[in-house]
Amino acid sequence: MKGGALFIAVFLACAVEAVEATTIVLAAGTAHKSWRSALLGAGAGLGVLAVVVAVLGPAVTAVPLRGIRVVVGGLLLIFGLQWLRKAILRASGHKALHDEAQIFQDELAAAAASDAERRGVVNDWYAFTLSFKGVVLEGIEVVFIALTFGSNQHDVPLAALAAVAAVVVVAIAGFAVRAPLSRVPENTMKFVVGVMLTSFGMFWGGEGAGARWPGSDSALPAIVAAVAIFGVALTAALRRNVGLTASAQ
Amino acid sequence: MAGLRAFFAFWYDFVVGDDWRVAVAVVIALAITYGLSRTSIPAWWAIPVAVAGFLPYSLWRVTRQPR
Repeated sequence: MKGGALFIAVFLACAVEAVEATTIVLAAGTAHKSWRSALLGAGAGLGVLAVVVAVLGPAVTAVPLRGIRVVVGGLLLIFGLQWLRKAILRASGHKALHDEAQIFQDELAAAAASDAERRGVVNDWYAFTLSFKGVVLEGIEVVFIALTFGSNQHDVPLAALAAVAAVVVVAIAGFAVRAPLSRVPENTMKFVVGVMLTSFGMFWGGEGAGARWPGSDSALPAIVAAVAIFGVALTAALRRNVGLTASAQ
Repeated sequence: MAGLRAFFAFWYDFVVGDDWRVAVAVVIALAITYGLSRTSIPAWWAIPVAVAGFLPYSLWRVTRQPR
């Protein structure tokens, strides 16, 4: 159960971030048809992330479990509540939905307005740096989620496998269609990831701080269900609030 | 100096996000859990109560602001 939940949570979180990074790399490559520079930037970004994993991975697994759980559980809970909060605001109409097609058009316009300056082996420095930054910034979240889940479950390889699988699937899909993956239900996926991060954060943070959950490990599915129901209920309440405000105007 | 500020701003935004109150509530809930775990009182409920209280509060703060 926990291994499956770990794989699903990391896969979904990484897929969402990979969709966002792919949109940026596609825009960088499309603007001046600088695919080589955009892919070099993406490759350099992946290289930086690999170094981060190589340095942080062994360090995180070397820390005693209780020390990890209270810190990582707390961080995951804060991080998960951010995701869940934004997902509820989007689903209830209080925040604009994440729109990959619009983001692609914005990035494309910005890239097209720039000059394709050559630096060293890179033909288009703008495309290179745009891709690099996109991959590193979105990838840092992937690394954080994979390492925290993996270290807590004593299964960093499974978390890494889920992360790599998500990135590969999304990258193949993105470059097959050469367009932003706007059909991916990103907003729903972000809601699910927010629920998972919040639930695991509550469970591990509580255990790390010395709490004993009723039913021990079997409390985790109940926490996931409770957080999901709570999130859906808050969304419904806020959506009703939007409807009442609109009808009053 | 500007680079250092940008570095810390990135990590603050990455970890804490839009509402620092949620992060503070989580830290306080973990501290209460630890304190309760040193007594005979069950400690597991402190974090769910914090989430059930602070998530709606944080959402309410955003939605009451004029858009």
